Amino acid sequence: MTTFFFAYLALISIASGILTVALRNPVHCGLALLTLLLHVAGFFILLNSEFLAMVQIIVYAGAILVLYLFVLMLLNLKTEERVFHQRTAVIAFVTAGVGGVFLLMLLSSPFASLSGNATPEVIGFVGHTKAVGITIFNDFLLQFEIIAVFLLGAIIGAIVLAKTPIARQYDSSDKP
Amino acid sequence: MIPLSYYVAVATILFVIGLVGVLIRRNFIIIFMSIEIMLNAANINLVAFASYFDALDGQIAAIFVIAIAAGEAAIGLAIIIVVFRRKIATNVDQLNLLKW
Repeated sequence: MTTFFFAYLALISIASGILTVALRNPVHCGLALLTLLLHVAGFFILLNSEFLAMVQIIVYAGAILVLYLFVLMLLNLKTEERVFHQRTAVIAFVTAGVGGVFLLMLLSSPFASLSGNATPEVIGFVGHTKAVGITIFNDFLLQFEIIAVFLLGAIIGAIVLAKTPIARQYDSSDKP
Repeated sequence: MIPLSYYVAVATILFVIGLVGVLIRRNFIIIFMSIEIMLNAANINLVAFASYFDALDGQIAAIFVIAIAAGEAAIGLAIIIVVFRRKIATNVDQLNLLKW
């Protein structure tokens, strides 16, 4: 059963990733990216991280992708004649070759490490959300606060950048 | 139990797809979407290793990656809106002022 779900998720996520890169209409690309994000959330459920799957669906598919679609429809991009770069085939083949070498190296490595103490039994006893919360507020508190400041800076930066320049219009009001 | 290598393989393939997308597309927003694909591949790797080695640290790192991706999307899309509003460019090949 797990194998079936893994095969389904892997197949659909890789196919939708290729569609995101290859489709011509940007809105179609956004919808393919939505499919990819939902299937990555399925991977997280398969890996016993339900909280992260919900975060993925709410934040990625719910907030970030809606932001992308808003900007796409706000700008009303037309599908161009030349969607791809000039040397598309060369770039794609070289990158796929390098990626294939990395894939072979990764698949032939044993991946052994020390195990932590957050076994599925422990997480199942306290609940995944609570376990993640306890870890994030004990071991990663400084990083959590840094993320908070970073998000505040991102919000202020986005507002300042995308603000309608009113003062500039007053300066050039005599020009047509 | 799925071997860990399979998750790593899927993440590598997704990362290469995102990298090819960044390199071959000429539209700003599609390039940002390809960056999101690469971040998702990294997230799959982080969560897979965290799950297989019974540690929660990788999942916390994945949450931080999602937060960084949200900030990056907000700033990047604001820059794209400014570029489009001033009619500076419609694809990345025309943005060559800093590329001497």
